[in-house]
Amino acid sequence: MRRLACLLLLLPAAALADERRSGSTYMSAETQAMQKDDTANPGMLWVQDGAALWSRKPAADKKACADCHGDAAASMKGVAARYPAFDAEQGRPVDLATRINLCREKHQQAAPFAAESESLLGLSAWLGLQSRGLPISPDPDPRSEPFREAGRRLYEQRMGQLNFACAQCHDDNAGKRLAGSVIPQAHPTGYPIYRLEWQGMGSLQRRLRNCMTGVRAEPFAYGAPEMVELELFLMSRAAGMTVETPGVRP
Amino acid sequence: MKFLPETVLALALLAGGAQAQVVVGDGIPQPLTETAGDPARGRAIVASRQRGLCLLCHTGPFPEERFQGNLAPTLAGAGSRSTPAQLRLRLVDPRRLNPDSIMPPYFSTEGLTRVGANWVAKTVLTAQEIEDVIAFLSTLRE
Ligand code: HEC
Ligand code: HEC
Repeated sequence: MRRLACLLLLLPAAALADERRSGSTYMSAETQAMQKDDTANPGMLWVQDGAALWSRKPAADKKACADCHGDAAASMKGVAARYPAFDAEQGRPVDLATRINLCREKHQQAAPFAAESESLLGLSAWLGLQSRGLPISPDPDPRSEPFREAGRRLYEQRMGQLNFACAQCHDDNAGKRLAGSVIPQAHPTGYPIYRLEWQGMGSLQRRLRNCMTGVRAEPFAYGAPEMVELELFLMSRAAGMTVETPGVRP
Repeated sequence: MKFLPETVLALALLAGGAQAQVVVGDGIPQPLTETAGDPARGRAIVASRQRGLCLLCHTGPFPEERFQGNLAPTLAGAGSRSTPAQLRLRLVDPRRLNPDSIMPPYFSTEGLTRVGANWVAKTVLTAQEIEDVIAFLSTLRE
């Protein structure tokens, strides 16, 4: 399992029979169709909110995202496919939501958005859309490497009262059924996603917190270093797979 | 079933106020409580998504339960394949039989990491619930 993950990191995806599957491929035909059709995909509502926020000034004398970055289709292309990315000022990798909030504070002198707020999910979905169809391309900065390794260790560590590691479900038992749910391979291809069960949008970290409470572990806080480490590791594991944001899940 | 090299091992489990459990071979012969297990209660625990969680992974003779997992062998016939003593150790702490088992330890709080605040120092099932489940599994014969 670990060896496979390393191989996938070392070899170009085409060099081996790629058995990786996006979570969307396990979904029913109807849910897949809902994700593919922008007029039916509920996540597009958040994308539209994000697009509006992109060009709205937080106050009359402040700059909008677009005032610095211009056309997102050009300037933000591939960005979501690369995050989390190393930030020299923080001295550590930051996830996309944190990057958005750093811009809010530093460049817009505005209060950061709360974790899982509609605005933060909207902007994240809008940025995600600018990478839709592109390959996941993990942060190449070598300074991210120890954090990615820490993420791998977390992924392989058993936790919670039920004593499960992510890897035991998502590597060793992917494709099997946990009660009624098929266990996907845990590739972060579609985030943020619209989840029918939530009747709303949620980030990758919300998904990870669900998995942790599922095994009765204390979930890491939104934006916690461990969350970013897990995200970094999952992105490397999914390197080369196609970004599908905004995803839909049952 | 795999045997551990040590044949007798005393696990002093304080959780749930249970008595010390003596592992003999691949089982725990001594019941965890004075009261005999109740198979009907045991069946309800096994089938419950909140209490036993067994059907997350196992299938079994539960025609009324639509969603049963397939990460583990069927529970049908469990009572023919294992003695109550073996079932007891299997439930108390499957890691004693197979350190890599994905089956959760139902009556051990040892060696766990990052247990959620609601669950700290609690076992998944109580001693009496373990006995109820064993009583039920023992009726599953083929
Ligand atoms: C006991 C099994 C189990 C464990 C342990 C577990 N997960 Fe999951 N995970 C699932 C299931 C099942 C789903 C599918 C969603 C659902 O139906 O609830 C899922 C979904 C996911 C997804 C979403 C994939 C997609 O396509 O949208 C990611 C990412 C993920 N898990 C990562 C993790 C990580 C990281 C850990 C450890 C911190 C972890 N999981 C632990 C069972 C598990
Ligand atoms: C997360 C998965 C999981 C859960 C939950 C789980 N088990 Fe298991 N169980 C297994 C696996 C896997 C095995 C196969 C042996 C091993 O790997 O330890 C097993 C083996 C067994 C066996 C031995 C089967 C045989 O025929 O030898 C019995 C009996 C059993 N489980 C009963 C239960 C009961 C009762 C519950 C709930 C109170 C339960 N299990 C919950 C995963 C699970």
